[in-house]
Parts: sequence; C-alpha cells; structure tokens
Amino acid sequence: MGILEVKGVNKRFGGLQALGNVNLSVAENTVHAIIGPNGAGKSTLLNVLVGKLIPDSGTVTFDGQSVLGRKPHEINQMGISRVFQTPEIFGDLTVMENVLIPCFAKRDGSFRLHAFEQVANESLIIETAEQMLIDVNMQDKRHMHAGNLSRGDKRRLEMAMCLVQQPRLLLLDEPTAGMARADTNNTIDLLKEIKAKRDITMAIIEHDMHVVFSLAERITVLAQGTPLVEDIPSRIKGHPKVQEAYLGTTAHA
Amino acid sequence: MFGLEKKDAALLLIVAVVTLCAPILLNPFPAGSEMAQFNAGYPDLMQRFAIYGIFAIGFNILFGLTGYLSFGHAAFLGVGSYSAVWMFKLLSMNIIPGIILSVIVAGLFSLVIGFISLRRSGIYFSILTLAFAQMSYNLAYSVLTPITNGETGLQLSLNDPRVLDAARTTGSLPVTTLFGAEMRSATSVQFGVWEWQFSTGFYVSAVLMLLALYLAIRIFRSPFGIMLRAVKSNQNRMSYTGLNVRPYTLAAFVISGMYAGLAGGLLAAMDPLAGAERMQWTASGEVVIMTILGGAGTLLGPIIGAGFIKYFENIFSKINDNVLHDWFAFLPDGLNDFVVTVIAPFFGDGWNLTMGLMFMAVVIFLPGGLVDGARRIGRLFRRKPAGAKRPDAATKPAE
Ligand SMILES: Nc1ncnc2c1ncn2[C@@H]1O[C@H](COP(=O)(O)OP(=O)(O)OP(=O)(O)O)[C@@H](O)[C@H]1O
Ligand SMILES: [Mg+2]
Repeated sequence: MGILEVKGVNKRFGGLQALGNVNLSVAENTVHAIIGPNGAGKSTLLNVLVGKLIPDSGTVTFDGQSVLGRKPHEINQMGISRVFQTPEIFGDLTVMENVLIPCFAKRDGSFRLHAFEQVANESLIIETAEQMLIDVNMQDKRHMHAGNLSRGDKRRLEMAMCLVQQPRLLLLDEPTAGMARADTNNTIDLLKEIKAKRDITMAIIEHDMHVVFSLAERITVLAQGTPLVEDIPSRIKGHPKVQEAYLGTTAHA
Repeated sequence: MFGLEKKDAALLLIVAVVTLCAPILLNPFPAGSEMAQFNAGYPDLMQRFAIYGIFAIGFNILFGLTGYLSFGHAAFLGVGSYSAVWMFKLLSMNIIPGIILSVIVAGLFSLVIGFISLRRSGIYFSILTLAFAQMSYNLAYSVLTPITNGETGLQLSLNDPRVLDAARTTGSLPVTTLFGAEMRSATSVQFGVWEWQFSTGFYVSAVLMLLALYLAIRIFRSPFGIMLRAVKSNQNRMSYTGLNVRPYTLAAFVISGMYAGLAGGLLAAMDPLAGAERMQWTASGEVVIMTILGGAGTLLGPIIGAGFIKYFENIFSKINDNVLHDWFAFLPDGLNDFVVTVIAPFFGDGWNLTMGLMFMAVVIFLPGGLVDGARRIGRLFRRKPAGAKRPDAATKPAE
C-alpha cells in the first residue's frame, strides 16, 4: 500500500465534474508525476490533498491516517508540504524570514507563544535556513523582500520553504513554470539530490516533459478529472490514450 | 544588552534618555516668556504622552504587525481604568494592585472580544470590534451603573473600604501613591530663566512606557513577531506551512488589549476617576490615528504619533483669537483682523482641523508615517554613492 492513497474521490464545481472517481496510490519514496492537459483537475486534486477543498465523496489517507476533514495546518504537520502553481510566499518578509518560518513551524508545532525568545539567538534554526538557501542557490538574496523576487526565484524560494521542513510527502504544482532553462535544470538536480539524500515521496504536476521524464518513476495521466492511465515513464511515452488526451479529444470512457 | 541586538539596545537607550529628560527637553522656552505657552513639560501632559504612548505601542503590536485594524481598543483602556479605580476604592491607594488588575481584566476582556471578532478579517473584523466597544460604552453608561457609576463616572469616596490603608484614613479624599510616594507630588526646579517640574506620576508612567517599549522590541524580534508579520503577509501560506493562524492573531489581540489595560490603569493612577467616555469610538479612533501618523509597524512610530496628537490636543488648542491677534500685532489693524479670521479656524478649538489635514498629508505623501519621513530626510543627508548596498536594510522591520 502506498504512503498516499486516494480512493474514489469526486469533486463537482456546479455542473463541472472537476474530479471523477479518482484513484491514486503513491508508493513511499518514489517520485510520482501527474500530468494532463489544462483543466484536467490536477491542482484540484492537490487542493483536496492539502485540505483546501473537501471532496464530495471518496477517501484520502496519508500513512494510514485519513486526511479529509483536517485543517491545512494539521495536514502539513502530518508531513505534507506543497508548492503552489502560483507561488505562495510571504511577500512582505525577507527571503531569510520566509525560510525561517517553516523551520519554526516544524520545530514548535502549529502554535507557540515564543514572544520573548529572540530570532537572533536561534543559531541552529538560522543555520538550517541558511544551508537551505545555499542549496537552492539563493544565499545572496536572503535580505531581499520576497515580493521583489523574479517569478522563478519565488518558485525556488517556495520550494526551499517546503524542503526545509523535510516533509515526508512533497507536492509540487508545476515547480518549474516560469523558470529559465538553467534554473529548471538546477531544480531537477536539486530534487534528485534531495531524493538521494533522504527518504521523501514526491508527487509532481508538470507540463514540462523534460522535467517529468527526468524525475518521475511513475506517471498518472489525468484527463477531465479522471485518471486515464498509470504506468512507468517509458510506457507512457507514446501511449495512444495520452496523445489523445493532449490533443483534446474526449473519446475516453 | 537586555538580550537586545546592538541597534535595538541603542534605540531603547536613546528613547530612555529622551524620556527621562522630558521635563527639561519639553520646556525649551523660558518660564513667563511669550513662547512659554508652547512648553509641554508640565506633569499632566507629559504623563499623557507616556500613557498614550503605551496605548499606541500595544495597538501597534496588533495593527502594525498582523494588519488587523481594531476599532474598539478604547474599550480595553476604559476597562483598565474602571478596574484600577475599583482597586483604589476597595483595596489600597497604592497603584500597584490597581495596575495589575487593570492589565488582567483588560486581558480577559480582550480574550473574549478577540475570540469572537477574529472569526472575521478585514473590514468585518474592524466593524465587530467597533460594535463591541460601543456596546461596552453603552453598558458602562447605563446598564452597568452599579459598577461604573454611569454618567457621573467612577470616583473615590470617603466611605470606600480601602481595606489595606484603613488606618491612614483622614478627613479628605486620599491620593494615589506608589508605596507612599504621591503620584501628584512634583519638585519644581529653577534653572536660569527656565523652570522644570519633576513629578512622581510622570516618572512612574515613563518607566512603564520604557518597559512597554522594551517588551515590544522583544516581541518584534521574536519568532512570534515574525509569525505576526506572516499573518499580515499571507495567511494561506501560513496554514500550508503548518501554522494555526487564529491563536497567533488572538495572542496579538490579547497582548495589545493588555497594553491598553495598562494605559487605562495608569490614567486612573494619575487621576483616580473613570468615565464611560474613555471607551467611546472617538477614543478608539484616536489610537488608530496615532499609530498611522507615527508609522504603523515601526517601533518608535506609535510613541511619536501619540506625542504629536496629545501635544496638538493640549497646546495647539489653547491658541485662541487673542493669542493670534498678539502674534500678528505688527500688521496694520485691518490686515491683522483679516489674517486672524482666515487662520483662526485652524487654531484653538480648530486643532482637530489642522490635525486632520496633517493626517491626510501623512497618509497620502508618507504612507510609512512620520518615522518614515524622518528616515527619508536622514537618507537625504547621508546619501551613499550610487550602487552602495545596505545589506541589513531589509532584515528587520524598521525601528
Ligand atoms: N474553486 C473552483 N471553483 C470552480 N471551478 C474550479 C475551481 N477550481 C478549479 N475549478 C475548475 O476545475 C477544473 C480543473 O481545474 P484545475 O485547476 O484542477 O486544473 P489543472 O489540471 O490544474 O489545470 P492547469 O494545468 O491549467 O493548472 C477547471 O475547469 C477549473 O476551471
Ligand atoms: Mg493546475
């Protein structure tokens, strides 16, 4: 059984069936890619996983525990971090502070009244955050306001914020969109490196097939809210159903 | 020093020196001179600077850091005053129990109001706090008369039990003290043409204000402080990072409520009476204006804003037509009358008008408040060569 189990999940927005009977099993310590045309329901699926949306029916379990009905911060504390399609960062804070916050959240839990301790004295946490910034190659930008970063840098920062928490499951929604080619390659290397260094499961949504085929060990193709095929990358390439989905035909069951 | 970074310790030290020398610094004009009316160095006003400084420092922890704009903080000020006066009536004229109770009661009160109001954000939160404060005001004014003495306000009386200082009862109303030192007692010092007044009440308020500022600095620089700024910046990201937003905002709300309670308790300690008008919405609005005028989210802004407004309220408002006629006495009669008629609405009772215009100017041209203005001027004077970076400029919220 996978670390993440999605069973029979349905979600409607008015007349639109955004997710229709989605079943997905992500094995522990693998990179699982979810691909599919625009509007296929990929982000919606992640929204269900992190507690942003409650599905109409179905179950979602992480490491044997149900995720549904939990608040987003509780789900994160279970060990799930997410990089959003449009970067969600603390724009008014510095890059360094952006990375410090997840460090504190990881160490202190969802709330702690640490009003009299001083950030400057938290040498261990500062060190962790600084190392993370070095890993994503942003150490020279650590005093910048995060809101002033380029789109690609915002994305890398958000990834750093997730990675620094050492999540057990990392959800990435188009992590390289808006990045220059070189940064995309760096991101691939970074994720591979992290993967090699420690136990982590990743679910990655990506339109860039170079990224998908560099990282993924398994791929699920989603079209119009329903998984079309799931297989290893070599068998997904050139799969007729996949071609069909991307060409926009609706011939599937 | 005191567990503060060098820069913050220096800031605190400067504020401490300025505050403790306030009786001298605020009386720059020789006693009896024409300009003496602009002297602000009398105990009653200086106390108000310090006390409203505390009020605004606390308000800034909520508004400046989390961005939650409360329009009901005067309720906590009022509750603090009532609590303190009750302590003076029942227990002792020593201000310590009164002030402690006012902080506790205001804390509990803000816990309840915050718990409910923080279910909403933005304008709805503001309206909820405003509604609660107006409700408190009306209750204090009428329904709760047995506790608040309604319209008249809560005052001391000779029949109060005052269990701890019963032995010392004399025929007249007692005065507030700190272990025997009377709040209203002041020493007048003549120095050349100047006259300075050093009062116990002011120094008690000033020390508490410095303590309040010290705690605020610690909060600003704590992990908790970063979390509060994160609330303002992106609550979604906070939740998905594993942080529960609500208790953080509630804690900020209660802390700022306790600051307001302290200020209210001190107001009563300086002058032992409490009235419902202290809770009115205008009083809530005043602290908003103080904070924004001085610079929301900065350490010094609220103190400067509070000082500014209290100075205008007490000094500017005294400039009446006669004074204006005096000023322009050098002009020929007709012109003198004309000038005075034109500018009179901005002086005296019209100080609100001037204040309002200034506030508008600051909000439009200096969104960072007076502190931001001062910083811009400072930068103008020590402009570094182009391209020079200030590496630590963005690491901390400005002082
Ligand atoms: N909150 C919402 N309310 C209504 N409709 C929604 C909502 N969220 C998503 N949708 C709709 O559900 C469908 C799936 O959207 P989703 O964002 O999951 O697609 P996606 O696969 O992530 O596409 P993309 O590749 O463009 O990011 C779309 O038609 C979208 O318009
Ligand atoms: Mg999407």
